[in-house]
Amino acid sequence: MSEWWTYSAEDFLLFSPRTYWRMIERHNEALWPAQLLTFLLGAAILLWLIRPRPWSHRVIAGTLAVLWAWLAWSFLWERYATINWAAPYVAPLFALQAFLLLLIGGRLRWEVGRAGQGPVGLTLFLSALVLHPLVAPLMGRSLRGAETFGITPDPTAIATIGLVLMAAGRRSWLLLVVPLAWCIGSWATLYTLGAPESWLLLVAVLLAIIPVTRRHAD
Amino acid sequence: MTATRRTVLKGVLAAGVAMPTMRAWAQPGAPTARLIPSTGEAIPSVGLGTWITFNVGDDVELREECAAVMQAFFQAGGRMIDSSPMYGSSQEVIGYGLRKFGRPTGLFAADKVWISSGPRGPSQIEHSRSLWGVPHFDLLQVHNLLSWEEHLRTLHAMKAAGQLRYVGITTSEGRRHEQFEVIMRRQPLDFVQVTYNIVDREVENRILPLAADRGMGVIINRPFQQGALLRRLSGRRLPAWAGDIGASSWAQFILKFIISHPAVMVAIPATSQVAHVRENMASMATPLPDAAMRQRMAVYVRDL
Ligand SMILES: NC(=O)c1ccc[n+]([C@@H]2O[C@H](COP(=O)([O-])OP(=O)(O)OC[C@H]3O[C@@H](n4cnc5c(N)ncnc54)[C@H](OP(=O)(O)O)[C@@H]3O)[C@@H](O)[C@H]2O)c1
Repeated sequence: MSEWWTYSAEDFLLFSPRTYWRMIERHNEALWPAQLLTFLLGAAILLWLIRPRPWSHRVIAGTLAVLWAWLAWSFLWERYATINWAAPYVAPLFALQAFLLLLIGGRLRWEVGRAGQGPVGLTLFLSALVLHPLVAPLMGRSLRGAETFGITPDPTAIATIGLVLMAAGRRSWLLLVVPLAWCIGSWATLYTLGAPESWLLLVAVLLAIIPVTRRHAD
Repeated sequence: MTATRRTVLKGVLAAGVAMPTMRAWAQPGAPTARLIPSTGEAIPSVGLGTWITFNVGDDVELREECAAVMQAFFQAGGRMIDSSPMYGSSQEVIGYGLRKFGRPTGLFAADKVWISSGPRGPSQIEHSRSLWGVPHFDLLQVHNLLSWEEHLRTLHAMKAAGQLRYVGITTSEGRRHEQFEVIMRRQPLDFVQVTYNIVDREVENRILPLAADRGMGVIINRPFQQGALLRRLSGRRLPAWAGDIGASSWAQFILKFIISHPAVMVAIPATSQVAHVRENMASMATPLPDAAMRQRMAVYVRDL
């Protein structure tokens, strides 16, 4: 299929920037005030990371699993699918991530560590929770388009990458695959839409990949 | 063969003939129309594309804007609307507009089949038809030649059974032109759809002459390179002589260049704006450039 070389990212973009950002705004309006609830969940996760309890590791993994399953249904299946026919094909991957979070995540230790990728992970998590919602207004869009943890995939994927980088235990890297794939796909979409914040997603990917590859090189 | 070419040329001159009456849409002026070679049916030479612009999902405000674009399109005498199952919610949004204002009798519904499985073609077509809310399509095209052999069999069978009026194939941006030509030579097609504009002129060499020889109507996609061409030209001054061909904007300059090619039947620019659809439709009005003027136009843009 040599003609594939003649395609560019624009050829696969199905919607205009206006349609895309309005979809995010309408999603927010439909779910308000769930954003407050997911923000509080994020804050609770932060607290448990700093002061872990015997049960908190499973609760964090369980919370993330619920959020990924919820995004698969509420965002990909119900919302994004209205303008992107590829979204229903991505939804099962989000469901898989939820399943992996229960299977693998339940056995990990989710806490802030000083060593290794702990600081990088914490930075990513905090930026997804606190800074990401400010991107829309900073880019001159309405605050109604603010993307929050647990409500839209971008901040949720970045936050999850940050949390997994902090988590200790076997096979934790498996929990990075779906969020990283999402970040790369979403970067391509936002980049093609001409949105400067696309670079946030790429930075998250690089911060996650560099330590993992270094660890494997050691 | 020359007879069909002459038919095509005659169509160029047949401005505004036999426009079917359209319910609920006023018709101020008679636009330039071409005759479809295989039937002699007249079709206005500017249509409406729907890629990206009409994929607005269930956003009611944006759907209303698309419906307004359709209304202005029909009011200006437009007939051909082009879509595809690849264009997200565009087909559904067309259906929304048609339901809202009533389906004009002049509507020329052009859609595509786009699925790798041949046997699943008919169910995709039926789904598309229900989204548009039309009794049948006027034209179905094999999108980007995907599984074209199987789908063309389906489309020819539908045409033979009276469920479809015209059959075609599409490509864009110069992809697979060799294969495209082979199919044009071997298959009895009513329409072919390719990319053509004042800077992407490859089809002038072989595909447009072949279409004229074979009596196939040519639909032109990406007249504005998805808007990129207009963005690049937006800072530049239109030549003073643009007035001689009745072009008052770059969009009209380019559309007039396209539709004045003798082998071109319909250009299908996409837009989300009523003002733009009016501007595009107005470019059908005479005068259109002759061959010498077309040459001058192309050179002018090339040298900018
Ligand atoms: N392989 C295939 O079968 C194939 C491939 C590509 C395209 N197509 C068909 O061809 C159609 C047209 O191609 P396209 O959608 O790629 O792009 P296009 O028609 O070349 O350009 C569309 C863009 O031009 C802008 N525009 C339209 N009229 C304008 C005006 N008067 N002044 C300023 N800007 C104007 C629109 O923006 P506004 O919304 O702001 O007006 C829109 O962004 C498609 O919609 C589709 O139906 C088929």
